[in-house]
Amino acid sequence: MSWLTQAAKGIKALTSQKKDIPDNLWRKCPKCSEILYHRELDRNLWVCGSCGHHLPFTTEQYIGLLFDEGTWAETHRGITSKDALDFKDSKRYKDRIKASRQKTGKEDAVITGRAQIGRIPVSASIMDFSFMGGSMGSVVGEKIARALLDSLRHREAAIILSRSGGARMQESLLSLMQMAKTSAVLARLRKEGIPFISILTNPTTGGVTASYATLGDINVAEPGALIGFAGPRVIKQTIGGDLPEGFQSSEFLLEHGMVDIITERRNLKENIERTLHWFVDNRDISVLRPPRG
Amino acid sequence: MDWKKKGLWLDFEMPIVELEERIQTLQDSASVRGMDVNEEVERLRAKASKMGKDIFAKLEPWQRVQLARHPRRPTTNDYIHFIFDDFVELHGDRMFRDDEAIVAGMASLGDRKLMVIGHQKGRDTKSNIRRNFGMAHPEGYRKALRLMDMAVRFDRPIVTFIDTPGAYPGVGAEERGQAEAIARNLREMSDMPVPIICIVTGEGGSGGALALGVGDRIFMLENSIYSVISPEGCAAILWRDGAKSKEAAKNMKLTAKDAQKLGVLDLIIGEPIGGAHRDHEAMSREIKRVIQETLAELEVIPINELLDQRLQKFLDIGVFEESGKS
Ligand SMILES: [Zn+2]
Repeated sequence: MSWLTQAAKGIKALTSQKKDIPDNLWRKCPKCSEILYHRELDRNLWVCGSCGHHLPFTTEQYIGLLFDEGTWAETHRGITSKDALDFKDSKRYKDRIKASRQKTGKEDAVITGRAQIGRIPVSASIMDFSFMGGSMGSVVGEKIARALLDSLRHREAAIILSRSGGARMQESLLSLMQMAKTSAVLARLRKEGIPFISILTNPTTGGVTASYATLGDINVAEPGALIGFAGPRVIKQTIGGDLPEGFQSSEFLLEHGMVDIITERRNLKENIERTLHWFVDNRDISVLRPPRG
Repeated sequence: MDWKKKGLWLDFEMPIVELEERIQTLQDSASVRGMDVNEEVERLRAKASKMGKDIFAKLEPWQRVQLARHPRRPTTNDYIHFIFDDFVELHGDRMFRDDEAIVAGMASLGDRKLMVIGHQKGRDTKSNIRRNFGMAHPEGYRKALRLMDMAVRFDRPIVTFIDTPGAYPGVGAEERGQAEAIARNLREMSDMPVPIICIVTGEGGSGGALALGVGDRIFMLENSIYSVISPEGCAAILWRDGAKSKEAAKNMKLTAKDAQKLGVLDLIIGEPIGGAHRDHEAMSREIKRVIQETLAELEVIPINELLDQRLQKFLDIGVFEESGKS
């Protein structure tokens, strides 16, 4: 069986998982306002059948979509936030964390693990926007750094799927420094000939964009995602005028040379797999091509 | 000092400024009339110095923010002037344009030759427009990277001066990929095989600051600040009220002392009484001493060890809990 058919099978397995969705659940497409039933959305990988808008996918859905069935093994559990700044705005940071943990059932805004894509081993991090806007604080930085170090240790490709509002303000300087921390490990991967594929989804902004998300050997984006450093609202305020059409969209970034590939969600795995194949040994796809010298 | 431009002083500095003005007037009139006022001048000076110490001992975080942005505060070009010899400014990223929000060039310090790079703010409206208030565009970070690469090729250490409100939120900056430009600097600086010293001299604002901020040692001047976003920006987002900047500043733990407690800083460089702006030359002397001492310390470390230490330094930054571990 070719890896292409396997990929297709993976998607089928994923979409047939949830049979217990009531027929009457629906939502409006945020782009074209079409009424979309959950059952139909699920079949369509949460892409609007009418306009192609990519709606948010859960971390579990991405894990099901990207990795070979049964290969995902979560790593680095049990790392949680510790309000080092004793931060309080209208709410205490501690309480925000607690509320997010209860709401999402997640420990923080990223889950890391090891898995296979078309039988090629990878070490992966999947960010989660539902946890405090996918913001990067000490926990996210630490887990991603560790996942990247796993790539280094096992000589396997690194994958990070980003969706984030940026650095976590409640950890101010510590969160800023996570940009340096994660980028510093990426320097080592680069030196050791470990490929890094960055997947940018809606939205990827701020400190995450200005660190690992744009540092992929290959940057892959879902269509129509908001990707940028400064937020559109801030830019609009600064320049005191309107923003160009399609500004900071995936397509805008492709046009300006910042991403390599835009791929619809249904082709995401296939495209990642295809690029991964380029890096591995023909005779044994679990072996990365060693670096020169 | 120019006492007349009172608008250039902060409220909480005024008692000291007024006292110093009195000393000046006393001396001026005494010299005209040939009187001996030394004793009185000494007394007033001691009083001013004590007043300065008292005021500065209990500054609020917001007052540190004001000091870090003080219109009289030395800029990178001032430090370059006082600290280094033979500075040759180099321009341009070789791709788009020269970004004057960042100055960079070759310099020497005693027997050493180094690469010096820093954000550059203006002194008045005109120069601030030219310098874009010290907010770099991607070409600024790329100019910095180009020259750091050159420093590596010729085995020269790098010193950076950080003083920026942040990266510039503009259309062109996004079009030309400022996120990638910053990210690339972080990655490259983390593994450059020459000693790198980073000094936050004024405002260490967000990714724009960090883009010059990855090195073997991170220092901050006593009244500088370092944070993920400006207090105004933080207040606007979290409090939905830009006027809550003081409260944001307090919560953000952005002073040098805070940064040290958080494990980010290696050293706080003390400022002259009343702040760096009271004596540019004395401030520069102290920075020069620290740079020389630090380079002597870093130069003897084998380069691979230095790079491992640098990586470890950043891996160690972060505060979290881990179940099963104490
Ligand atoms: Zn639609």
